[in-house]
Amino acid sequence: MGAPVTSRSVSVEVNGEQIEFEVPTRRLLVHFLRDDLGLTGTHIGCDTGNCGACTVHLDGEPVKSCMLLAVQADGAKLTTVEGLAADGELTVLQQSFNEHHALQCGYCTPGMLMSATALLARNPRPSEEDVRYALQGNICRCTGYVNIVEAIVAAGNSR
Amino acid sequence: MLLREVEYARPATVEEAISLLATYDGARPLAGGQTLVNVMKARAAAPDVLVDLADLSELRAIGFSSGGMLEIGSMVTYAQLMGSSEVDVSRPILGEVAATIGDVQVRNRGTIGGNVCVSDPTNHLPPLLVALGATFTIRGQEGERTVPADEFFLGVYMTAVGEGELLTTVNVPPSSGAGDGFAGLTIGKHGTYVVSAAATVAGDSARIAIGCVAASPVRATAMEDSLAGGDFSEAAVRAAAEGLGASLDPPSDVHGSADYRRRLAEVSAVRAVLQAAGRRKS
Repeated sequence: MGAPVTSRSVSVEVNGEQIEFEVPTRRLLVHFLRDDLGLTGTHIGCDTGNCGACTVHLDGEPVKSCMLLAVQADGAKLTTVEGLAADGELTVLQQSFNEHHALQCGYCTPGMLMSATALLARNPRPSEEDVRYALQGNICRCTGYVNIVEAIVAAGNSR
Repeated sequence: MLLREVEYARPATVEEAISLLATYDGARPLAGGQTLVNVMKARAAAPDVLVDLADLSELRAIGFSSGGMLEIGSMVTYAQLMGSSEVDVSRPILGEVAATIGDVQVRNRGTIGGNVCVSDPTNHLPPLLVALGATFTIRGQEGERTVPADEFFLGVYMTAVGEGELLTTVNVPPSSGAGDGFAGLTIGKHGTYVVSAAATVAGDSARIAIGCVAASPVRATAMEDSLAGGDFSEAAVRAAAEGLGASLDPPSDVHGSADYRRRLAEVSAVRAVLQAAGRRKS
C-alpha cells in the first residue's frame, strides 16, 4: 500500500511538453503552473473557486486550477492560455476577442479564453445562450460580458 | 493560497483506499475536491491525510444491476450524469439537475459522491435522491452495507458513512413509469438554493423531499398522504401542500427569513409535484 506522503513527483503534459516535477502535496495546481513552471498567464482572481480566472484545460475539459491540488493532475494533459497560440499565431477566438474589444482590464481574459475554447471544441457554432451557459463559471468584474459573448459567437460563425 | 500541510495517498484499489482511511487518523477521501479543497483553504476542515480516489475507475462507472437499478459510482461527475445514456433512459432528472449545479468547470470535477457526502443542506442532490428513493452502498473493512436515503443524511456535513468507510455506489430505482420533478428558488439563475423541493409521482403515490429547511432533507409526509388518492390536479396539489410550511422549522439568514422559507417550501413542493405528475407514463 502506498503510504501517505507530503511531497510527490508529478508527471504532466503542459502545453505539449512532458514535465516531471516534485511538488509538495498541499500545493494548488494554479501555484504549480505559475510559480514552479512560470506560466503566469493563468490568473488567480478570487482563490475561492468562484471567478474562473484560473481556468485551464485538464484532459481537454475546463477546470478551475485553484480548486485542484497539483498532485491531483498527475498523469493528465494540461493546457494553459499560453498553449492556445503556441506557434505565435493567435487562434480565431483570440483574434475575435481583439476585434470585438472583448477585454477591458484583461484580468479575467485567460479564463474566458479557456472556457470559450472548450465550448467551441464541443459546440463549434454556439448561440448566445450557449455561450452564457458556458461562461457561468467566469466572472468579469469590469462587467464587459456583452463584448465577450459577441466575440465568442462571432468566432463560431467565422469558421 | 498556501494550504496547511497535508499528507496525500493515491490508492490503486477500493480496498487499499478503505485500508488507508481506516489506518490513518484524520484521513478523508478526496473526490473531485470542489468542496473539500475550498474548505481546506478556509481552514474550515483540516484533514491530516487525503486519500485521492482519482484512480479508482470502478467508482466512475454508471450501469444497471440485474434488477434494473441504476448504479452510479460515487466518483461519477455531474458532467458524466448530464451525458449518460443510462441516466437519460432511466432517471433523466439526475442529468437535468446536475446541469444546474455550479458551473462548467465545477461540473467537470464535482462528483455525486462528494455532493451527498458533504451533505450541505443547500446541495441539490440530497433532496432529489430522497425523493427518488435511492440507496447508498457503503464499504468498510467489515464489508458492505446499503443504506436507504431516508437514513443516509444525518445532518450538516454528516452522513451514514462512518470513519474508515467509503461510499462506493448510489443506487437509483428504475422509474417504471414514474415522473420526477425538481423546483425551488436559487440565488442567481443556477446559484445556491434558498429552498428546493424534489418529487417523484408513481401511479397514485408521491414522494416529496424539501431541501434547505433543516440539517438534512425533510420528507413532506403529510402532503404525500393527502395526495394518496391519486388526484394530481393543480387544485388538489395546492390543497395538499397547505400546512407543509407550518410543519417546518427552517433557518433565517440573509437570503430569507424562516417564514419566507416556509412559504417557499409549499410553492416549491407544488411545482415539483406538478412537474413530476405531468411526466408520468401510465
